[in-house]
Amino acid sequence: MEMKDTRSGFGAGLNELGKSNPNVVALCADLTGSLKMNEFANNYPERFFQVGIAEANMMGIAAGLTIGGKIPFTGTFANFSTSRVYDQIRQSIAYSQKNVKICASHAGLTLGEDGATHQVLEDIGMMKMLPGMVVISPCDYNQTKAATIAIAKHQGPVYLRFGRPKVPNFTEENQKFEIGKAILINEGKDVSIFATGHLVWEAMEAQKALEEQGISAEIINIHTIKPLDEKAILKSVVKTKCVVSAEEHMLNGGLGDSIAQCLSRNNPTPIEMVGVNDTFGESGKPKELMAKYGLDSNSIVKATLKVVKRK
Amino acid sequence: MSEDLNAICNQVRRDIVRMVHAQSSGHPGGSLGCVEYFVALYFEVMKHNTDFEMNGIDEDLFFLSNGHISPVLYSVLARRGYFDVKELSTFRTINSRLQGHPTTHDKLPGVRIASGSLGQGMSVAIGAALTKKLNNDSTIVYSLHGDGELQEGQIWEAAMYASGNKVDNLICTIDYNQKQIDGSLDEVLPMGNIANKFKAFDWEVLEIKEGNNINDVIDVLNKAKSLCGNGKPICIIMHTEMGNGVDFMMGTHKWHGVAPNDEQLADALSQNPESLGDY
Repeated sequence: MEMKDTRSGFGAGLNELGKSNPNVVALCADLTGSLKMNEFANNYPERFFQVGIAEANMMGIAAGLTIGGKIPFTGTFANFSTSRVYDQIRQSIAYSQKNVKICASHAGLTLGEDGATHQVLEDIGMMKMLPGMVVISPCDYNQTKAATIAIAKHQGPVYLRFGRPKVPNFTEENQKFEIGKAILINEGKDVSIFATGHLVWEAMEAQKALEEQGISAEIINIHTIKPLDEKAILKSVVKTKCVVSAEEHMLNGGLGDSIAQCLSRNNPTPIEMVGVNDTFGESGKPKELMAKYGLDSNSIVKATLKVVKRK
Repeated sequence: MSEDLNAICNQVRRDIVRMVHAQSSGHPGGSLGCVEYFVALYFEVMKHNTDFEMNGIDEDLFFLSNGHISPVLYSVLARRGYFDVKELSTFRTINSRLQGHPTTHDKLPGVRIASGSLGQGMSVAIGAALTKKLNNDSTIVYSLHGDGELQEGQIWEAAMYASGNKVDNLICTIDYNQKQIDGSLDEVLPMGNIANKFKAFDWEVLEIKEGNNINDVIDVLNKAKSLCGNGKPICIIMHTEMGNGVDFMMGTHKWHGVAPNDEQLADALSQNPESLGDY
């Protein structure tokens, strides 16, 4: 399996947009290399704005750039794309209904050694609470590239979340990306596992392990957390009657929280959630951290064994 | 010309105190202090279309960063023809497009960004100015900021960016009334010499010594316009008096966010003759 980082998928998608859409502009707060924005910056220098270490200003400039028809893509780490600039996003972008694409790398624990100051685990929650904000968390390089290209066509603010480490690149090259449309990866009948971002691969690993134990798991990739594909979720649980959610995010405010809301309103179903439980991260290797904080395929297997008993 | 403009100013002042009085809510002090600036911009200096388009191609744009002085913005937009003056009576009421602080949310013509949470408008104005450059659009972007607002850090991020990147189609005006909610600037957080601060950030700095004299305002705005394209963003320090034109509101921070009662309204209106017809 080819290993590639999702942030490189963003960089490749952005560069393609540079070619195909003259209104696309990009801004970066001193992390051009980390965000893989070099290619765009080199190829389209007049449409690339280096703002320095000033994220609040970057969000405001992005909002202003939309007035006159540009489609700005901002790039910095997920923590500095959200919690650091929440009020700027809230007032100047979301409330003002500006067509800004907030592109956020190094999300979650897999940022690794830099530790908790940089490992934002609350960003999905913060962003999904903003009216009108679309929240997307693709699972691999190919999907991140496709999502980057797709969001340029969506009119309105978008939060696109991706990560630092190289992970399996298993989805199709040049796939069509539909905002708000969940993707069925494996059909199953005993449990619905809804995963997002890096946890989609872990869910697929868990599915194999569960199969050996005689449990047939349906795996669904929820790459868009808002708007949530409630139809796909409800359709799956009618068959499986129990749910595991999996994400590299705080349980409060994450994907699992959105799914639980959907289920309790429409079809109350037992759910177990794989995510970070009200704690900050720490320094370490991505794999070590995912194991310690219960975000790997083993954790998904455990959650499944628990939830199938609650049916 | 300036007689006509002064008559408009009188009407705008009437609108402001009437709007704020009607809901016993809003910010008359700063609004009154900036009447001449708004009338100068919208009736004399800016090239703009009252047939509102968000993108504002080939027209000058204005961004209000200190959104709490919305009454003066709304009055001048209506008086200039962006929307019916009757709508001024809906200020701060439920289902109105004239929200307490300006917003694009309800599609009020003339408003291109929400403001109210302070310190964000300069960045937005820079972004709009950059888009004008990309579009080879030679029109100008204006913004207004409170002096107390300069205490927000984002302003200085923006100030650094604008000079460092030669955003020279941008004219940011500071309403220098030296007052904020809790008292004078010096009492709350001394700002020192604001002109020197912008000069140190490599901006072109101009001064409007009498910001409540419309001729002075127009002269300096026109001078600022002529300096655009010289490689530097332009900052205008505009000396104003909070509450200008209503004697009992002048020279104090107490009318920052307080509405007049019936008696005070009558007094304020008697000092500002109706010129264009009350809404």
